[in-house]
Amino acid sequence: PALGLFLFTIARDPLRIIILIAGAFFWLVSLLLSSLIWFIAVKASDPQDVPLQRGLLIFGVMFSVLLQEAFRFLYYKILRKAIEGLVALSEDGCSPISIQQMAYVAGVGFGLMSGAFSMINLLADALGPGTVGIHGDSQLYFLTSAFMTMVLIFLHTFWGILFFHGCEYRRWWEIVAVVVMHLAVSGSTFCNPLYVGSLVPSYLLMAAAAVWAYLLSGGSAQNLRRFLLCKS
Amino acid sequence: MITFMNNSDSEEEPCNERTSLVSAESPPVPSYQDGLHASAAGESQAHRKRRTGGSRSPNSADGDMSDSGVPVRESAMENEEEELTLKYGAKHVIMLFVPVTLCMIVVVATIKSVRFYTEKNGQLIYTPFSEDTPSVGQRLLNSVLNTIIMISVIVVMTVFLVLLYKYRCYKFIHGWLILSSLMLLFLFTYIYLGEVFKTYNVAMDYPTVFLMIWNFGAVGMICIHWKGPLHLQQAYLIMISALMALVFIKYLPEWSAWVILGAISIYDLMAVLCPKGPLRMLVETAQERNEPIFPALIYSSAMMWTVGMAKQDAAARGPSQQTWDAAEDGRENHRSPLHTDSQMSETRSPAPTRPNTSFEELEEEERGVKLGLGDFIFYSVLVGKAAATASGDWNTTLACFVAILIGLCLTLLLLAVFKKALPALPISITFGLVFYFLTDNLVRPFMDTLASHQLYI
Repeated sequence: PALGLFLFTIARDPLRIIILIAGAFFWLVSLLLSSLIWFIAVKASDPQDVPLQRGLLIFGVMFSVLLQEAFRFLYYKILRKAIEGLVALSEDGCSPISIQQMAYVAGVGFGLMSGAFSMINLLADALGPGTVGIHGDSQLYFLTSAFMTMVLIFLHTFWGILFFHGCEYRRWWEIVAVVVMHLAVSGSTFCNPLYVGSLVPSYLLMAAAAVWAYLLSGGSAQNLRRFLLCKS
Repeated sequence: MITFMNNSDSEEEPCNERTSLVSAESPPVPSYQDGLHASAAGESQAHRKRRTGGSRSPNSADGDMSDSGVPVRESAMENEEEELTLKYGAKHVIMLFVPVTLCMIVVVATIKSVRFYTEKNGQLIYTPFSEDTPSVGQRLLNSVLNTIIMISVIVVMTVFLVLLYKYRCYKFIHGWLILSSLMLLFLFTYIYLGEVFKTYNVAMDYPTVFLMIWNFGAVGMICIHWKGPLHLQQAYLIMISALMALVFIKYLPEWSAWVILGAISIYDLMAVLCPKGPLRMLVETAQERNEPIFPALIYSSAMMWTVGMAKQDAAARGPSQQTWDAAEDGRENHRSPLHTDSQMSETRSPAPTRPNTSFEELEEEERGVKLGLGDFIFYSVLVGKAAATASGDWNTTLACFVAILIGLCLTLLLLAVFKKALPALPISITFGLVFYFLTDNLVRPFMDTLASHQLYI
């Protein structure tokens, strides 16, 4: 689905592709920094102590979430500057791309990158012989990973829209809500392999975020109805 | 192995040419400073007309660099020019993204599937020091020595080429280029095909192979050195860049490869920007003579159509040609790692002076950006090496890919800002290297641990 999003909405306009790649880049940098912190923490601690390692991991995850959001904010700032530049340079005085589109594309960029990093090694291994969960782990590993990745990509997209909207209109509570949601989703994955604990809340949160983002982008129930019934 | 080693001499030549020339190509002075004068545009078109036979953009490049001999108009036009440049900026970036991505995909796919390119079967004679030594210090020393030898070979080749160009030994250069592209197209393709067939266990007989390679090679030669459909030419250039990159990946020992990548980007930076750099001299000489860059050395994303030029326009433009040529001397810059043509702007403004509109349509050439083939090759080497040797596999490859693309974006942005020739290698390669090492050592353990617990960030 994410790839479909990409093809249909982003691939046409070159500016969007650039913003997408830049978004992916920012996510990557945030990941780099957070893994640096985690690495240092691990090296500085005792590798034999399992609960400590797990605690460190949790700390690493939370920190990474916070860093991701920080980088999203940074990206927002840069995009604002870029929009001003584009407006100044365009012929008719208005920007070729609106901040909302940018928010959407940035969200997709983040999401794609995080999804890719989560899934791709899995996919590569999946080409091998089919031995899922032989050691007593859940057999649904691949399926749940796929679903989780998809929900995360969508969530990033919606968070992008919400976040940028919050920054635009200075509604801090929106930004805080996004951060809290992100933390909640990551935290819920700690329940794995108890999948019901992680997948269900994530999907619920995603639905909520979707509705919220849709409303923010100017949609309404009426628009939706008209679209679905193909009225012109 | 011996035959391969012998061939490596000539194989290095194309690579050297490509590396040095192409990556060092200074983008012609941003065309938007020149193109918007109606007369200049007319002149440039007539000028372009003279340059038949070059179906590639270098010819158009010549045409582009109509000089700012009309200062009055220039200042007024500058704002519009900036807009146009930036407006086309995004499009150009994508026009370059796509081939770079394609090249990288081809290289990575081959590395991942065909075993041959990751086996160590010996080294090129340009990197004589082996890296099998037990101690780290020795290995480092060997790789540095290898790098020095390689870079000096490239420098020597570049200077040689510049001298040849200066003394107008065009036949020699052309012959050399043709020979090297011949070898690339035929020999390397043969080896590549052989290995692919071996991997997928496809039975194939010699006559079929001969036919396929002959067709491939012949069409390639025509496309690259003469005229051909743009997409086909681009596809061939991508193919030979990928083949060259694969050869590098196979035959360069590990640490040497990384050090060479770093050194090449530094060399590129110096060769293009220093006043005495060979590449810069080459560019300036080409400028003075208003000549196109050699074919088969640059990738261009647009093409000039010289067909159907009406004769009456030529007559009308005849007198204005002289002034344009004289003015052009100071500005023309053919060799360019990145270079934007201002064809479109030129063709637009003289619309009222044009007698027939059909001519204009034929004339209209898309603005294109040029990137040297050496840049393609080294980007692909970086990503291919990441795919081949990184233990984090796809994550690292993906990270390097994104880093290189962002580097390319930034370089193009700088090109739009500075409006002169820029080396395309340094920024991207730096990003790529940094990301490769960081991702391999830091991110991989993190992601692996996360994945094993199925945590998501």
